[in-house]
Amino acid sequence: MGLRFGLALAASVFALGMAQAQESKKGGTVHVVVQPEPPMLMQGLNQNGPTNMVAGNIYESLLRYNEKLEPQPSLAKSWEISPDAKTYTFKLQEGVKWHDGKPFTADDVVFTLDKFLREVHPRWRPIVNAQVEKIEKVDDLTVKITLKQPFGPMIMTQEVASAPMIPKHIYDGTDYRANPANNTPIGTGPFKFKEWKKGSYIHLVRNEDYWMKGKPSVEEIYWQIIPDAAARAVAYETGKVDVLPGGSVDVYDVKRLSKLPNSCVTTKGWEMFAPHAWLTVNIAKGGPLANKQFRQGMMYAIDREFGKDVVWDGLGKLPTGPISSKTRFYSADVPKYTYDVAKAKELIKASGYKGEPLKILALPYGETWNRWAEAIKQNFADAGINIAIETTDVAGWTQKASNGDFDLTFNFLYQLGDPAIGVARNYISTNIIKGNPFGNQGAYVNPEVDKLFAAAAIAPTDKDRQELYTKVQKLLVDEVPVLWLLEMDFPTIYRCNIKNLVTTGIGVNDGFRDASKE
Amino acid sequence: MNLAQFLAGRLVKGVLVLFAIAVLNFLLIRAAPGDPAQVLAGEAGAADAQLLEQLRARFGLDQPFLTQLWIYLKGYLSFDLGFSYRQQQPVLNLIMERLPATLLLTGAAFLVSLVAGTAMGALAARRAGKWSDSLITALALIFYATPLFWIALMSQIVFALKLGLVPNVGYETIGANYTGLSRALDIGQHLILPSLTLGLFFTALYARMMRASMLEVAGADFVKTARAKGVSQPRVWRRHVARNAILPVVTLAGLQAGQLVGGAVLTETVFAWPGIGRLMFDALVQRDYSVLLGVFFVSSAMVVCFNIATDLVYRIVDPRIEAHA
Repeated sequence: MGLRFGLALAASVFALGMAQAQESKKGGTVHVVVQPEPPMLMQGLNQNGPTNMVAGNIYESLLRYNEKLEPQPSLAKSWEISPDAKTYTFKLQEGVKWHDGKPFTADDVVFTLDKFLREVHPRWRPIVNAQVEKIEKVDDLTVKITLKQPFGPMIMTQEVASAPMIPKHIYDGTDYRANPANNTPIGTGPFKFKEWKKGSYIHLVRNEDYWMKGKPSVEEIYWQIIPDAAARAVAYETGKVDVLPGGSVDVYDVKRLSKLPNSCVTTKGWEMFAPHAWLTVNIAKGGPLANKQFRQGMMYAIDREFGKDVVWDGLGKLPTGPISSKTRFYSADVPKYTYDVAKAKELIKASGYKGEPLKILALPYGETWNRWAEAIKQNFADAGINIAIETTDVAGWTQKASNGDFDLTFNFLYQLGDPAIGVARNYISTNIIKGNPFGNQGAYVNPEVDKLFAAAAIAPTDKDRQELYTKVQKLLVDEVPVLWLLEMDFPTIYRCNIKNLVTTGIGVNDGFRDASKE
Repeated sequence: MNLAQFLAGRLVKGVLVLFAIAVLNFLLIRAAPGDPAQVLAGEAGAADAQLLEQLRARFGLDQPFLTQLWIYLKGYLSFDLGFSYRQQQPVLNLIMERLPATLLLTGAAFLVSLVAGTAMGALAARRAGKWSDSLITALALIFYATPLFWIALMSQIVFALKLGLVPNVGYETIGANYTGLSRALDIGQHLILPSLTLGLFFTALYARMMRASMLEVAGADFVKTARAKGVSQPRVWRRHVARNAILPVVTLAGLQAGQLVGGAVLTETVFAWPGIGRLMFDALVQRDYSVLLGVFFVSSAMVVCFNIATDLVYRIVDPRIEAHA
């Protein structure tokens, strides 16, 4: 009797232990920093960095992209590209539901890509207008996109911030920007919107009806809004937050925080964006700035290693030209610029520069950028350039940069996975547009460059594209329309017991689908 | 002049002042470079002409300048503070959501600094020249001269990180879902560092002013007379000196009270306190005009109210003062 009881007890303790072990794999609350507070979470209408970071867990797109930027299934479980590269057929996942319980079908995809995003999305609009012939529903779970001509980067356009799926039943026929549902976003993603306490936090909870069985694992995510960078660092140290996404703390805090016990760090998860920093040269202003020799001289004058090692505390990598080494079609076969004051002086003298005063418009994104401006000002002064720093706030910077009201200005742009989407825009003459700080703001014009970028976008094979992009890189690096400074790294710092946080090329932005807390 | 007349006069003047402030705010803000559409597009890292046009139409920026001013003023007359397209909320909601947190923070700081500052100042004056006076004066000088953000960060590092006594940021423990008393205690814990930090500067100010004012009054003829008549020392200090010396402190308190709303931008930022100061600062950076104007208006209204209240307090503290309208 006693023995049997004992056995039963042992068995039940064992069973209890098993249950606990299994439970500890699922669940848990994760606190993440988001900064600044996003204006809204409706990702179709807003593509701000912080919006994407939170909303990427609520919304989903047809495809995801791994660290090598290869397309992976998401809402599309498979896809087929016709041999002439003009028809893309997407097969959708079965049993996908919107957060309000309605089924997700091909109608939603057609509405999103053909109507909603065409009207409101500044990145999707030019693609759909210029490249797409028609988008049609084949059956409830199949969508066909027919292109006007082959468009190499087409398969890279379906990242969640670029093409989030929008529920047709909520938005069709309404004024999209005034729809009250914008305050309670409805997606298909692994997490549902629960509450937004303005100024404090955004609360997401697990989507129990998520189409991927067994996912997500994390129970709740709190996105905490902490405006001060030093306070964010202390909040991580005291355990108030578990994840500091890239850019949350000052660069000189990164090493210290990642060395704390139970602290992990990764620079992965930014491959899709691959931020590339440079100084835009306002070529349209004429004078020395329009002179190629002067621009080359500036390039030799800047100690870019110093910028990386001291200003950015060793984070990042020196770029060789317009295309980031992290994305496709990068080529290292280009002229090299090393730090060489003598050579800089020589080129600047040869350009006929007579000491005309120039200004660097600083980027008002925090202390690091101010220090960078100071360092480069010193470099320029050493090479005999008469330079001063001009400061402004964010709105002022945007206006000046948009309207070409500067001599030199910092800027950094996302490359978005393909040169046709994220790189060409800064150098082609058709993109010299006032009112947009992210076009060809220096007003660089070179018909050869225009031609190469245009041809590369629609070249039939990747090999053809690589050839054209190699050519254009060589050409641009010789011409120096902008002064490339840094391939930026934004390390994500997080507690080591959070597993699989960064699994795709956009990192934390959709990271909590696969993440678990142990 | 009786109290009702006095109040009526002040209220009419207050309304006129508020109207002038509202117009001036509008003009000043529009003089700053940039607009909300450009900022939104800039933060998104992508824009085209069509998007900017769509955004400007939403913000009403495509209307003529005077029409915008008219719409704005007309709204205010019917207590409609406008709509924040950036945040997709009526401005009044945004302000009301944030106001309690700010009032709690600034109110606590106000009480702490007023009580502690006046007491310290009075003590220092009575012990003038002794070591306790020197200590208080020195402390007041240090608090007065140290930048607020430095105190804020150092207090976080010392009391939250090193000693682990209090939380470093936030209004309450996020995700804990406390209710009732435990929630109040939780908020109270979070309140300690920011309210002390915010209160230190004014504590120093009150202490210095109270001390100087009391010493000045203590030498006046009527105090000498009181002493000569044989009034006891504590009574002299309490009835004759302190009561007369406190008037400048009331003036200062009125000033601080005027800053109860919107005066805590820095503290709210460093301590991630979800108050109205941060709402205003974010709106400024983002050129969210309607929110900015709304916060300006509410805080100006508070300043006007507190000025009237201060005048009333004068009359209570010192009945000889006539309430001049």
